[in-house]
Amino acid sequence: MTNQPGWIKLAQERDGAVLQAGGAWTVEYAADLDRQVESLPKESAAQVLDLTEIDAIDTAGAWLLARASGQGEGQEIPWRNLAPEFQPLAERVLTAGPKVTPERPRARTITDWVADVGAGVEEVLAESLNLVAFFGEFVLATGRVIANPRRFRWVSLLVHIEQTGINALPIVGLISFLVGVVLAYQGADQLRQFNAQFLTVNMVGISVLREMGILLTAIVVAGRSGSAFTAQIGTMQVSEEVDALRTMGLDPMEVLVLPRVTALIITLPILTFFADLMGLFGGGIMYSVLVDQTFGQYVTRLNDVITPTMFWVGMVKAPVFAILIALVGCFEGLRVTGSAESVGKMTTRAVVEGIFLVIIFDALFSVLFSILSI
Amino acid sequence: MAERSANIIEIRGLVNRFGEQVLHDGLDLDIRRGEVLGVVGGSGSGKSVLLRTIIGLNRSTAGDIRVLGQLTRELDDEALRRLQTRWGVLFQNGALFSSLTVAENIQAPMRERGDIPPELVDELAGLKVKLVGLPIDAMAKYPSQLSGGMKKRVGLARALALDPEILFLDEPTAGLDPIGAADFDQLIRSLQQSLGLTVVMITHDLDSLVTICDRIAVLVDKKVKVGTLEELMRDPHPWVQSYFHGPRARAAGIAAD
Ligand SMILES: Nc1ncnc2c1ncn2[C@@H]1O[C@H](COP(=O)(O)OP(=O)(O)OP(=O)(O)O)[C@@H](O)[C@H]1O
Ligand SMILES: [Mg+2]
Repeated sequence: MTNQPGWIKLAQERDGAVLQAGGAWTVEYAADLDRQVESLPKESAAQVLDLTEIDAIDTAGAWLLARASGQGEGQEIPWRNLAPEFQPLAERVLTAGPKVTPERPRARTITDWVADVGAGVEEVLAESLNLVAFFGEFVLATGRVIANPRRFRWVSLLVHIEQTGINALPIVGLISFLVGVVLAYQGADQLRQFNAQFLTVNMVGISVLREMGILLTAIVVAGRSGSAFTAQIGTMQVSEEVDALRTMGLDPMEVLVLPRVTALIITLPILTFFADLMGLFGGGIMYSVLVDQTFGQYVTRLNDVITPTMFWVGMVKAPVFAILIALVGCFEGLRVTGSAESVGKMTTRAVVEGIFLVIIFDALFSVLFSILSI
Repeated sequence: MAERSANIIEIRGLVNRFGEQVLHDGLDLDIRRGEVLGVVGGSGSGKSVLLRTIIGLNRSTAGDIRVLGQLTRELDDEALRRLQTRWGVLFQNGALFSSLTVAENIQAPMRERGDIPPELVDELAGLKVKLVGLPIDAMAKYPSQLSGGMKKRVGLARALALDPEILFLDEPTAGLDPIGAADFDQLIRSLQQSLGLTVVMITHDLDSLVTICDRIAVLVDKKVKVGTLEELMRDPHPWVQSYFHGPRARAAGIAAD
């Protein structure tokens, strides 16, 4: 549009002071018009607002004119000579009533901060309780499905096995391989000082089988699949799909949670096994490079030093971690409320909590094994 | 200037195809400056797709679309963005930003402009909320806390945020109670008259068609038939006949019993 920018000024006429406005009072010039209106003298003697020269007006402009004439703020100046085609709009804006503005958040004080900390602690406690309750519900749902296996979602299970297991093989394998390499490298380097570089094999074998294989796998899976569970279920929550399931008499616990948890219980041990292999393999490669021995000698020695117990110590943790990761993922997904932002927030939370719980439980397992002296 | 021509939107030979499904086939449509055009057609006949094509969200298979004198197909991103600030869109399902409050949703387009003072943005948002007939206490709510009809109103308020020249509405009155819908019609009419707005309105609401539409475009057989209500009522096409002479049309007082 090629209108004159809007203007407003105070003029003297025979019968007193008059505010005159003209040009285009549109959102295009809103910033400038706002400034002009604000710089008008507050207590002017103007009796009337003359709008003869207005040639375009929109709601923003009408609002500013209303402000200029003091509408809604006590002292009101009548309008005159507004072109008839602009009348309906002006009326709409003027009859919309006194001004309202959305509340702006007030500045934060130290008390707010303290209150936040308190609320945070309270939330953590409530969250832990809810998670335990959720686990209880999950056990009940599992019981119902075991009693009536036809209710189990086999297709969903297979899909999740593929997504969380098969698709995760490359990344889990690569990470474990590299960690095996690093372990062997650091170990050989230090042990050489005691002329005991052959002990590198013991070190790699024990740390990979007991801790590294399972821990790395669980962390990768928490980041990869725990987050995916939250995002999937959370998005369904936003679009009211979960509510739709409920109204059809389907239990989200059975339809959404159970297949995911079962899938992880199946895939996490397999991934861990794979990670163990790759870790030992990586360690072996590095060992045979650094220490004057062949890969074959490494395997023979490995065979002597590792025991099935070491393998099983790592392996028994896998299903437990699987349940933790999958439950937290689904739990946070179901707690998503209405917005896209909430999906993001809960996904972050699922990953952090998943990894945190995995490490806590890993520590608990260590205590348990030392009591049992395994 | 070319934009001063009587037609604000010109569509020539528009073809839209999704796989095997042909939605529009050689569709021509002129929309005049300052009119309220109602778009009707069966469910799935491609009304929403037509709208999305005009506003550049859907790339047509073939055909030319001129909006405000500019051929949208040939515009670069920058020019398209500038053009987009000159129209407002109300989507069929509201498409509100779920992580923003009602007030923030309405303010979003004004904020994007960057030059409007924050206090004025706040005041204008308050004004828009009242203009579309929302209760003031809705301003602090999030879209997930609103009823379906309220979401429509917020969508309209957001579409009107920058006082656009063209307003595209996809079923604005669906989900509103009859009084609210009539109010909505009046609101659109008065805004249109005072602002010289051009309104393109997809609707199934026969009352809206009667009360506020200057002309009606009927999407049948992958093309449009345009005319005033009287002209279309005389159209022999069977779908058009049953649309404007059906029981609901009679109830709305369009057709005589
Ligand atoms: N992105 C897409 N890909 C494939 N098909 C699509 C796509 N968008 C729309 N369609 C198809 O185009 C057809 C028309 O859709 P459209 O949303 O335009 O219908 P409509 O006329 O607006 O109907 P309603 O009145 O129900 O809103 C439908 O059959 C739909 O399935
Ligand atoms: Mg549609």
